Amino acid sequence: MMKTGFREHGSRITKGLVLFISTVLLAFPFYWMLIATFKQNLDLYTVENNPFILNAKPTLDHLRLLFNETRYVRWLGNTALVGVIVVVITLLLAIPAAYALTRLAGRWGQRLGIGIFLTYLVPPTLLFIPLSRVVALLGLQDTIWSVVLVYPSFTVPFSIWLLMAFFKSIPRELEDAAMVDGLTRFGAFVKMVIPISISGILTVVIFTFTLVTQEFVYALTFISPESQQMVGVGIPIFLVRGDVYFWGSLMAACLIASLPIAFLYNLFLDRFIAGFTVGAIK
Amino acid sequence: MAVVETRNLTKVFKQGELGAVNNVNLKTREGEFLVFLGPSGSGKTTLLRMIAGLEMPTAGEILIGDQVVNHLAPRERRIAMVFQSYALYPHLSVYKNIAFPLKAQKVKKELHKEKVEWAASLLGISSLLHRKPRELSGGERQRVALARAIVREPSVFLLDEPLSNLDAKLRLSAREELERFHRRIGTTTIYVTHDQVEAMAMGDRIVVLNKGVVHHFGTPKEVYDEPADTFVATFLGSPPMNLIENGDVIVGFRPEHFRLSETLDEAKVTFKFHVENVEYLGAEYILSGSLLGGRFEGKEVIARLLLGHAYEPGTTYEFAVPERHLKFFDRSTEKRVEARALTWQ
Amino acid sequence: MAIGAPKIKSIGAAQSPLLGAAMFGPAVLYIVLVIGAPFVLAVFYAFSDARIGSSGLHFVGLENFRSILQSPSFRTALKNSIVFTVCAQAIVVVCSGTLSIALEKPFRGRGLVRFLILLPWVAPVSLGSIGWKWILDSIYSVITWVLVWLHFFKPYNTPMWLGEPHLAMASVILVHCWRLIPFSTVVMLAGRTAIPKEIPEAAAIDGAGFWRTLFQINLPMMLPIINVAVLFGTIFTFTDMTVVYILTAGGPFDSTQTLPSLAFATGIQGSDLAAGAAISLFLVPVLVLIAYLMLRMAHRAEVV
Repeated sequence: MMKTGFREHGSRITKGLVLFISTVLLAFPFYWMLIATFKQNLDLYTVENNPFILNAKPTLDHLRLLFNETRYVRWLGNTALVGVIVVVITLLLAIPAAYALTRLAGRWGQRLGIGIFLTYLVPPTLLFIPLSRVVALLGLQDTIWSVVLVYPSFTVPFSIWLLMAFFKSIPRELEDAAMVDGLTRFGAFVKMVIPISISGILTVVIFTFTLVTQEFVYALTFISPESQQMVGVGIPIFLVRGDVYFWGSLMAACLIASLPIAFLYNLFLDRFIAGFTVGAIK
Repeated sequence: MAVVETRNLTKVFKQGELGAVNNVNLKTREGEFLVFLGPSGSGKTTLLRMIAGLEMPTAGEILIGDQVVNHLAPRERRIAMVFQSYALYPHLSVYKNIAFPLKAQKVKKELHKEKVEWAASLLGISSLLHRKPRELSGGERQRVALARAIVREPSVFLLDEPLSNLDAKLRLSAREELERFHRRIGTTTIYVTHDQVEAMAMGDRIVVLNKGVVHHFGTPKEVYDEPADTFVATFLGSPPMNLIENGDVIVGFRPEHFRLSETLDEAKVTFKFHVENVEYLGAEYILSGSLLGGRFEGKEVIARLLLGHAYEPGTTYEFAVPERHLKFFDRSTEKRVEARALTWQ
Repeated sequence: MAIGAPKIKSIGAAQSPLLGAAMFGPAVLYIVLVIGAPFVLAVFYAFSDARIGSSGLHFVGLENFRSILQSPSFRTALKNSIVFTVCAQAIVVVCSGTLSIALEKPFRGRGLVRFLILLPWVAPVSLGSIGWKWILDSIYSVITWVLVWLHFFKPYNTPMWLGEPHLAMASVILVHCWRLIPFSTVVMLAGRTAIPKEIPEAAAIDGAGFWRTLFQINLPMMLPIINVAVLFGTIFTFTDMTVVYILTAGGPFDSTQTLPSLAFATGIQGSDLAAGAAISLFLVPVLVLIAYLMLRMAHRAEVV
């Protein structure tokens, strides 16, 4: 008679174990970055030391090196600047397009919307070669403007898709009422729909910003000077001097750049996932 | 077939909070159709889910067929359940839906076809066996859910508001179908609903629940005519029983017993009834208004009258209630008390 | 003037084609210019002899395709791309499926656990990969340290995780899995929570145990969502060059080269735009197939 009790207990323990092991394995590299950030070099490079703990006093040398003797801060600044500009471009292009496709173009709009979504599946690794020529022809090579031009190519399609789902959930009557009350259709869009959709728009902002910080291929291809780098390329390429890796500073740089992005992304995660699963879940 | 019994059954979801179900003691009869009736949040569904084994009780015992089943998994309790949404498996055909319990309980494969066909013909869905649930109407889904429930010949049926997803017209015919179905198979059935009409129409006995406590347990007639407290008195009946405070008791009377004084030829209590609104419902009138004069000035009451006399809003009539139809409740406990003599002026 | 009933102009949907076009026109134009045109240019390059630094351009027909199909590094890259994708997806589906079951019910600290689990997905790929490069370091690898400590290996005679072809391949797959498991888990979690809780309850009452409920009820009902996770995961792995580029740069001896990383090495680092473009075009069939499958799924969801 007690076997159900045991079984339930057992399944709970199994679940707890699965969770514990997965969490440790998945988060481990970040713990590793954290501990390397504060380890003295001697400790870091002594094979006999237990690597999981600090064997000597924690040091701020790596952080000092990172902030004083590398272009790390500059890269962070470049990334933030590109992020903000790309966010603005994405919003300007995606919001009206998503609205028009949901409300003004009928069934046709839905199809065009799916078509635009599919362009999100076109990876940078397919287009970076021809785009590198385009960027060179426009004279944008080696400046952050090259990625400003190209990044919306993956932020706009997915943002349109996210916003379409959002606009669809707004009752049509609301706009009808606004128009009956004297607004034009465009007026209704600007004065009713956009204010209501502010949380959807915020999702797009965060999403665009995190995608910009995560991009690697285009930045690597288009930009070579150290001072113009984005953080995702600058750290792995320019913090390595020849064959010498400054692991402590490297890890610190990764951790500091990753965590804020991870926090932001995490806040809006459910919405992003909803963007991926539209259609598969009713 | 089996009898279901609960002893001091309690469920507390969050420690320190009021229980969803508190100290419930009840026992079905063999083959009975028992209804759990209560408003939403009354604990009726939690009670049912504990009997099904989907919810662990915090305290108390559940017995099915005189055996304590607290620690048995749902599948070991020999019960069947029909859910509010029917919970048909959307990816399986009707046939596979009905056969699922047989497969899961390792009934011999050769018997599956025969049993599924028996269950399907009992509910008149033999022609739907190859369809998927999404291709069925609401009524057909209910029948598939019932077929899936009876196919393994359970000793107890549990039904959780199975009619609430149907539209009003379909609900009536589905209700009759359920009643016929129960009469034919005669299995002990527990039925959860918030609809007092369903409860009155279908139940052999009714358990009236509110806030996790049993307020009344009796036949529909007992529950309606002799309500155990003011909650039961007002929850059953539409429009609900009129309640007026008089001294240390609350006096209640049903709207259908509140009539023109001159038509009553027995011991009665009379009131001045100022009619404010008249609803004509075809077979009857519903009058709402307030009492005039004396201690009950302004007290709102409702009367329900057969056609015959015409009533005008804004007019005051002499109305009365026969004394034998007055119910008395203690003012502080709200429990039913003996009839007593009162002053009415 | 025509006689008859006057046309009633409603404010309804399709009645503002001009406004509609004006609103989605810029986005569509941008997409055509920055995705469509380069794609055409890539095809054009693939049939030419374009090189960085030379201005002359000649049509060479299938010459580029012929030469890359004969090159052993291309064949390794194609094989690797497929092996990496298939292995990673298989591992990811099993792990994230299990993890999503464990995460399903709320428990104390679930928010924190979710954040930690999601880190690999939400942090920039290149930075996570650098972290792994340190974990898999030839001398100071923590994995090596643990294995030595457990006496699987003697000190100074330890595996070179990124220096031996098979270990390097396994490492790349491992990092892809590490990155995709969180994404896949969250997608599947969304799929699981979309199953009404009454369905598994009904199965429990009908007599089904854990495994039967999992394989006959939950998994079939989650199939569309598992497809979503696998399709996106496939794209993310198949077209990715960041992980490979940072961990091994395709080495040792091209043993971990994939189509994207080979295209980069050939087209950008080797200045042979034509060959690079031709190599990256081999991604297209897979992308088309996935796009087709997604369209079919979207269509089915609309019909149901």
